[in-house]
Amino acid sequence: MSNDDPIVTSRRRALRCLAFGGAGTLFTLAGGVLTPIDLALAVTDRKMTAASGMPLFVQISDTHIGFNKDANPDVAGTLRQTIELVNAMPARPALILHTGDITHLSRPEEFDSASQLLSQLRVTELHTTPGEHDVADATVTEYFNRYGKASDRRGYYSFDHQGVHFVSLINVLNFKANGLGALGQPQLEWLEADLKARSASTPIVVFAHMPLWTIYEPWGWGTADADQAMGYLRRFGSVTVLNGHIHQIVQKVEGNITFHTARSSAYPQPTAGDGPGPGPLKVPSDQLPKMLGISSVTVQQHPKMLALTDTTLA
Amino acid sequence: MLNTESSLDYRTRRVRGRTIAVSLCAWVLLVVVSGGLGFAAEPSATATRQDSTVSIHNFMFSPTSLVVPVGTKVSWKNLDGEPHTIKSIDDTFRSGALDQNDTFSFKFDKPGTYKYACSIHPQMVATIEVK
Repeated sequence: MSNDDPIVTSRRRALRCLAFGGAGTLFTLAGGVLTPIDLALAVTDRKMTAASGMPLFVQISDTHIGFNKDANPDVAGTLRQTIELVNAMPARPALILHTGDITHLSRPEEFDSASQLLSQLRVTELHTTPGEHDVADATVTEYFNRYGKASDRRGYYSFDHQGVHFVSLINVLNFKANGLGALGQPQLEWLEADLKARSASTPIVVFAHMPLWTIYEPWGWGTADADQAMGYLRRFGSVTVLNGHIHQIVQKVEGNITFHTARSSAYPQPTAGDGPGPGPLKVPSDQLPKMLGISSVTVQQHPKMLALTDTTLA
Repeated sequence: MLNTESSLDYRTRRVRGRTIAVSLCAWVLLVVVSGGLGFAAEPSATATRQDSTVSIHNFMFSPTSLVVPVGTKVSWKNLDGEPHTIKSIDDTFRSGALDQNDTFSFKFDKPGTYKYACSIHPQMVATIEVK
């Protein structure tokens, strides 16, 4: 500590503070394996970022614009901090993935406010998938009017970037009676066809709002027909499945498939089964930034691997 | 004379008083009856009398099963900090997102059994039976 330049130290502290509040996850691609890197670390430790490869994308999730209760009365403020964190990265990624719950109540003014805030991101492309909070309007049109173009209003689509195949799925329409999300047969058929032509060495990134594996069924933390989707993905050497929804990090590795849920930029939620339901969790205000964050992924070329990092706002 | 007259006057006044009291009673009764009839004939007043409320608390509808006569207006009120929606399985009715203390109402004009859920938390299910 005594060797630390005080200016550097205070900058680190400031960035860690920022990271504590509502950041995302940075992803690097290394040898076909996607690994998340703590964003605060990525910002403060240039060596580590360089070693991990070039930034591929940042994942932001559960911004819940419109939420104003005790758990975080200023979700716009913590999203602003998150955006500053991304913009301060030494090597900025080209892509941002927003894994849903952009808004809290699907209201037009919430979408407008979110768009205005997200436009401050200094990145080329913003890709989104809706959360159930984004399709809660009676007509289910507000989200698709704004973000439906990429998917022709279906909610699912794919694209390629730097040799990585990205698949955006929607699992927040047509819930199952037990509360789990669902993809539905038309989307599964589309996914099978979309993946068929790809070589097994193509790194795949799949993103959807609700977890694509069952984390806790009583709270609906899973997707009923996700296994069928995984069946199409198993032959690939590197599959990274990214979700939001539960406002905390839960990870699982199964063969070549890495599952990862990101933090929210708005408020934390209880761990599975703790309390009556998965609502906003009120924590002491000095603890809040430590429970908000982003995920990021960088690409490592030799061998080609994806590296995933989680970062908090403080 | 003066005394008799005055007693007569007194009796007359009493009779008049009774007449006034009786006619006043009849008028009040008439008002009550016509008011009551008006109440029964007024659709909104009928709905008021038959309103039912379902509360949403701790990720549950309460009551989870409700039986109401045809024409009942059912109102839902969300008491949770987390938003909820009301969506019938057959899409007969669907609310937007209800924030804390927001309400949504639907008038049931057709008999039947209506299963509904919260589209955000579909493990929350309940039924309205309309007879």
